[in-house]
Amino acid sequence: MKRSSLPRAERALRLAAAALFCALCACARAQDSDAQTQKEIERYRQLLAEGNPAELAQARGEELWKTKRGPKSASLERCDLGLGPGVVKGAYAALPRYFRDTDRVQDLESRLVTCIVALQGFTPEEAMKNPFSAPGRNSDLEALATYVAGESKGMKLAAPMQHQKEIEAFRIGEQLFYRRAGPHDFSCSTCHGDTGKRIRLQDLPKLTEPKEAQRVFTTWPAYRVSQGSVRTMQHRLYDCYWQMRHPQLDYASDASIALEVFMAKYANGGTIDAPGLKR
Amino acid sequence: MIAGQARILIAMTAGLFVAAAHADGLSENEARQRAEQTFRTAFTRGNQQIAARVMQQDETQALCSKYRNAPPREVAEKIEKSQLAAISYPASGTLLGDWRQGERIAQDGYGLRFTDADAKKPNGGNCYACHQLAPQEISYGTLGPSLYRYGKLRGASEAVQRYTYGKIYDSEAFTACSGMPRLGHNNVLTPEQIRHLVALLLDPESPVNK
Amino acid sequence: MSDPMRIRASMAGDKVEVRVLMAHEMETGQRKDASGKLVPAHFIQNISVTHNGRTVLSAQWGTSISKNPFLHFRFGGGKPGEKIAITWLDNLGDKRTDEAIIAAAS
Repeated sequence: MKRSSLPRAERALRLAAAALFCALCACARAQDSDAQTQKEIERYRQLLAEGNPAELAQARGEELWKTKRGPKSASLERCDLGLGPGVVKGAYAALPRYFRDTDRVQDLESRLVTCIVALQGFTPEEAMKNPFSAPGRNSDLEALATYVAGESKGMKLAAPMQHQKEIEAFRIGEQLFYRRAGPHDFSCSTCHGDTGKRIRLQDLPKLTEPKEAQRVFTTWPAYRVSQGSVRTMQHRLYDCYWQMRHPQLDYASDASIALEVFMAKYANGGTIDAPGLKR
Repeated sequence: MIAGQARILIAMTAGLFVAAAHADGLSENEARQRAEQTFRTAFTRGNQQIAARVMQQDETQALCSKYRNAPPREVAEKIEKSQLAAISYPASGTLLGDWRQGERIAQDGYGLRFTDADAKKPNGGNCYACHQLAPQEISYGTLGPSLYRYGKLRGASEAVQRYTYGKIYDSEAFTACSGMPRLGHNNVLTPEQIRHLVALLLDPESPVNK
Repeated sequence: MSDPMRIRASMAGDKVEVRVLMAHEMETGQRKDASGKLVPAHFIQNISVTHNGRTVLSAQWGTSISKNPFLHFRFGGGKPGEKIAITWLDNLGDKRTDEAIIAAAS
């Protein structure tokens, strides 16, 4: 290789200038790169949203809704999800709510269980036997929830908060949200009580901030890529309590419904974009 | 004192306000009782050993829940005093362990979940869930402040070592109702593990300080 | 019997734009189940799309394609009302074909 013919001092100066230039470029690039990264992540999300595997669960759920099953050999087409027997469109946008026939506040999934028991003749244990899909074992409840939720897509969430039991459920959910317990002293508010925070690289919504709750609560159920399945709000709560070093949350428990009522209060007004797509 | 009386008056008015706001519903205490009842029956089909750990809150957890992590000054001071008194320092030896082990503990979130079946495997500290530490790790959380250059900024004197150990052992000894788990106090980590984390933060050779 | 594919085929200019979502576990054979046992490989190896008797796309897939794969592509020479057929064949010999009608430009 031919040696440079420049005197040493000038070579050193040129080298230093080049190094400084590179350093400045790198600095500017670093600041740009954060915004650029966000843009690319958004573009990636848009591309992914096209082939949302949740559509497979929606199709499965619609078929289950219309199929005669159980000891009573009946379909779920007379199920009252809050807007009258058989009314599916818009039902998810009006949940959770108080139901007179069971005299309690219910969310979508507990209401599906009520109907599976009352209309089809299964026992509650049979109805809740497989709440969350596993590889090779699809959950009917998950598919049904995905179908029903999808029928409210584009509508504004308007969970009612008038009945005394709805208000009480909110107050109980509020207490549970702030309840610190377990070896890590975690409460829901530990992760969801502040704006602009994240756990590792996962952004966390402040669930008592309407703008954030409206954006996030309405994207459930969602296909979770890390789970390889659609997951519902019941699973989300179950998964939260797992991370909080609590035991397995009972499916469709009053506690889960109370927390959903609490979240819905802040999320009301948000546009339902279910089924969503998440990591 | 006038200031004291004014404080009481304000508290009473606030109390009336709160009571009035819930005239059609439950009081704070009633809501809490109902919530405890609801909570007690929420994990009936789950792991009962783990359930036992969460059913009864300790005094600190109960207070922080009640005040939503913003306790009044007197309550905060009481919490900090009681937690500080309960810090257990290692019996002998320095508070500085091995930063390499510390990094492993900081990366590891294993332990105490109902899927963590291996009781012999040590718990992790899961520090990166909430904190930035070594700059090479870009997958870090922001629930807690960045700890990058922690030792570089503070040095590693005896006092700093003692504070750092104490903070990891029981964060609420210094900030009542802090969001950080009381890793030593609640036996998530052993004193030995905490020493390694102290080294991760304070050792000049640790990537945290480079 | 596997779940049906969800196929959308419509005109985009003079090309046919096809989007298909397939239901398949796409197990790599490297994953361990809860008890630590390796879950056997089960993944789509071949895709073929035909229109009017000719193959307009064929693909050989491996274990890097994720679960419930989504395929999006365009081909020329199709018209609204005509049929396309999509077939997948996996490493265990399972096979599935679904058809769709090409819709007018959406």
